[in-house]
Amino acid sequence: MQLIKTLTASTALLVVASGAAFADDHMASDMTLVSWGGAYQNSQVKAYAEPYVANNPGVSITWDESSAEAVAKLRAMNEANNVTWDLVDVVAADAMRLCDEGLAMEIDADEDLAAAPDGTSAEDDFGDLLVSDCFIPQIVYSTTFGYRNDMVPDGTPEPTDICALFDTETYPGMRSLEKRPINNMEWALLCDGVAKGDVYDVLETPEGQQQALDKLATIKDSVIWWSAGADTPQLLADGEVFMGSTYNGRLFSAIVEQDQPISMLWDAQVFDLDGWIIPAGLPEERLARVKDFVKFATDTQRLADQAKYISYGPARASSAPMVGKHAELGVDMAPHMPTDPENAKNTFLYNYEFWADYRDDIDAKFQAWLAQ
Amino acid sequence: MGDSTQEVVLAADGRPLKQSLRRALMRQKMRAVMLVAPLLIFVIVTFIVPILSMLFRSVENDIVANTIPGTVIELSEWDGSTGEPPHEDVYRNLFIDLFKAEEAKQHTRLGSRLNYEQSGLSSLFRTTGRSLDGIGELWQDPLEDIDPAFEDGAFWYEMMSGSGGEGLLEQRRGLMAAMSGEEMTGDVGFVPSQQIVEMLPWTARAYTDFAIWAAIQDKDTVSEEDPWESVYGALGMDLTNPETISAINSYGGPGANALKAAAENIDQLPQEGFREAFVAEDDDWGSSDIWGTIKLYSPNMTPGYFLNSVDLQLTPEGIETKPANEQIYTKLFIRTLVMALIITASCIVLGYPVAWLLSNLPMRTSSLLMILVLLPFWTSLLVRTSAWKVLLQQQGVINEILVWLGFVNDADRLILMNNATGTVIAMTHILLPFMVLPLYSVMKTIPPSYQRAAKSLGATNWTAFWRVYFPQSVPGIGAGSILVFILAIGYYITPEIVGGTDGVFISNRIAYHISSSLNWGLAAALGSILLVVVLGLYWCYDKIVGIDNVKLGG
Repeated sequence: MQLIKTLTASTALLVVASGAAFADDHMASDMTLVSWGGAYQNSQVKAYAEPYVANNPGVSITWDESSAEAVAKLRAMNEANNVTWDLVDVVAADAMRLCDEGLAMEIDADEDLAAAPDGTSAEDDFGDLLVSDCFIPQIVYSTTFGYRNDMVPDGTPEPTDICALFDTETYPGMRSLEKRPINNMEWALLCDGVAKGDVYDVLETPEGQQQALDKLATIKDSVIWWSAGADTPQLLADGEVFMGSTYNGRLFSAIVEQDQPISMLWDAQVFDLDGWIIPAGLPEERLARVKDFVKFATDTQRLADQAKYISYGPARASSAPMVGKHAELGVDMAPHMPTDPENAKNTFLYNYEFWADYRDDIDAKFQAWLAQ
Repeated sequence: MGDSTQEVVLAADGRPLKQSLRRALMRQKMRAVMLVAPLLIFVIVTFIVPILSMLFRSVENDIVANTIPGTVIELSEWDGSTGEPPHEDVYRNLFIDLFKAEEAKQHTRLGSRLNYEQSGLSSLFRTTGRSLDGIGELWQDPLEDIDPAFEDGAFWYEMMSGSGGEGLLEQRRGLMAAMSGEEMTGDVGFVPSQQIVEMLPWTARAYTDFAIWAAIQDKDTVSEEDPWESVYGALGMDLTNPETISAINSYGGPGANALKAAAENIDQLPQEGFREAFVAEDDDWGSSDIWGTIKLYSPNMTPGYFLNSVDLQLTPEGIETKPANEQIYTKLFIRTLVMALIITASCIVLGYPVAWLLSNLPMRTSSLLMILVLLPFWTSLLVRTSAWKVLLQQQGVINEILVWLGFVNDADRLILMNNATGTVIAMTHILLPFMVLPLYSVMKTIPPSYQRAAKSLGATNWTAFWRVYFPQSVPGIGAGSILVFILAIGYYITPEIVGGTDGVFISNRIAYHISSSLNWGLAAALGSILLVVVLGLYWCYDKIVGIDNVKLGG
């Protein structure tokens, strides 16, 4: 009798277990996510991946740190007809290019993404940040300047204006700027007397491009050009440069986590977005798994959680009030967010369309100018 | 004696000796080939084929003719020198080609391709792609007002399908496959009627495109789907032809009533053509510049990428040099060559004494030295380069020591990196083992007795070295130089990290075009030129020094 009972019980258990396994059968059990590595990827692992795997035991996630070359690699994978990635973290401009080329899948925000806790639809919650049909925004970041507050000459006020970049007399020392025209050309024109609203109209003309390069030429001898986001915080920490541009999250970790004598300049910082795209043409099972993950990873709570680990603003309006303190340091994160009203007083809006068109042209001029 | 028949020498098994010799040789050759086959196949599959296919991109340009095939054919008759925009038929073809390209999301790819030649084309194609539906609706709305039957997908299917139009179906299928890069095989469930193909040629083309796409790509049933807006536009094109109108009047097949109604009310359709419709969306479509560029880049092969990589450009007027402020590649090629030569020379100067020491010291000391030479060789390239960053920067180790010793002022510390100096220093260090090792292996074989003999014959130390020892070590210098020079010329990561702006090489631009700007054609052209330059230099080297004089060992 006892034996029969045990047998029935275990059979029942088995049936339940296999039933549960069955429910998941239409989803692949592993995923390859592509991101940027470093502190940023870490925040994604902690805020999205770990809780997801806790809810879905048996799912394994592989991370690939290839976001910087994501467009080129996806294009090559597509040509080889073998897309091995399931979800790719890219900046908005790259998402647009991938969408344009048909390499990324189009998303229906209301259907594929979770609504806010108060019932606001995903479409409204993300609002204007859904800049492309394929783009699922995660964070708002800005490219801004950090400076060594101990290298400001005695008796001079600390810089509050972006144009301190070009004022090597008041603020002597080297600068670090990204080795590409994007952002630098805009800042140069802003500091050459062009009104914020006219920047892209001026930059469209060869004369305007020359004007920007001429302005940059005034500090060319004191610029170190960077190509990796980690360069500027390093150069600042080493005292190699007085001020330099980089992503605000990188500066946050240099200032708050590493306690360097660096301050942040919130003026004319360039607002940009980063988020996911799903590669086009995934097999059904993998697609089902990815959609399930994305719905979870971009809900209000998860986006707010990410802000515990890195100072990038969550892309959902509903996540903003939930931003709390840094997970380890206990610092209030809100004042370090690019979306904080105090920081966002004078921001500059990046024009995706313009750079999609003029990137090649202006880059050729910029590189030729650099090489002179 | 006097025997005219030739004696055939036979082998032991009775076959002619020649034959069995040849067979034995053949077998040996086969065995040799089999032995190298795995490596040969590996090299061909993983190295030669990918490189050749990548290099082929430097001239490949079939994207224009594949994406807008009808437009390209029609455009070939247009004379761009008049400054007039092309004929209406070009715009009609453009509408039909672009519409299906937009469905397949290929039009932006074409826009990016043409944007390499003229900026602004990328956004022109992108915005036009978005407004194509609107252009089609200019005709769709009045047509549906004239006869509501035009709203119905099943009506269209009935009118368009029939038999005899297999030729058109296969032709459009081929074009669609070329455009989308996909197979497009499978049953469409639709065959155009020959009568309609003759009477409404534009409409038949547009509808066939729609049917192929709906059936094969979207996996829908053609008769249940509403046709694309382009089909209405195409019917509008047909209705401007008086012969079509008279053919419709004597037509009695499916859809005759609706067609007759449309033919009677053509005054309700837009009176302007497609040129006006395109120009209304964007003025640029009326500019002969844009069309000149499209026409210039419509052949399947283009010299454009190669011209761009030597700072020239192809214009409708011929080949011209680029504006001075965009010239960059010749400068970079020259810089790459010059700096690779400098690096090779400094490797010789630094490596020669080390190799000499290594080969002349007693075994135990020389092994220790050898480890010192090899140790950095075993360290990751990235780590070594980053270490140089720490050493070379202005607040770095070298500058600190110099300031501490009082050799330089604190205010004017040396700028050792983010310029050409940094690249030369770091790359010389990194490539040094490639010079020392061949030198060492050659010097090891030079018997010390030669120098002793020279000295005993009265030569000074210098003469004995210069006239006796050095000439024997030249093959090592040759081998080391080739290795170092060829490695240096294609170096990428070190210049990127310590090179700043005037220490970067052509390979950094190639990498930029591969991974960032996605201009793979230009990257391939730059790469091909680099390859040819290296092969050319190798040939020169062979002529001057002789490749037989190069020794990597023994």
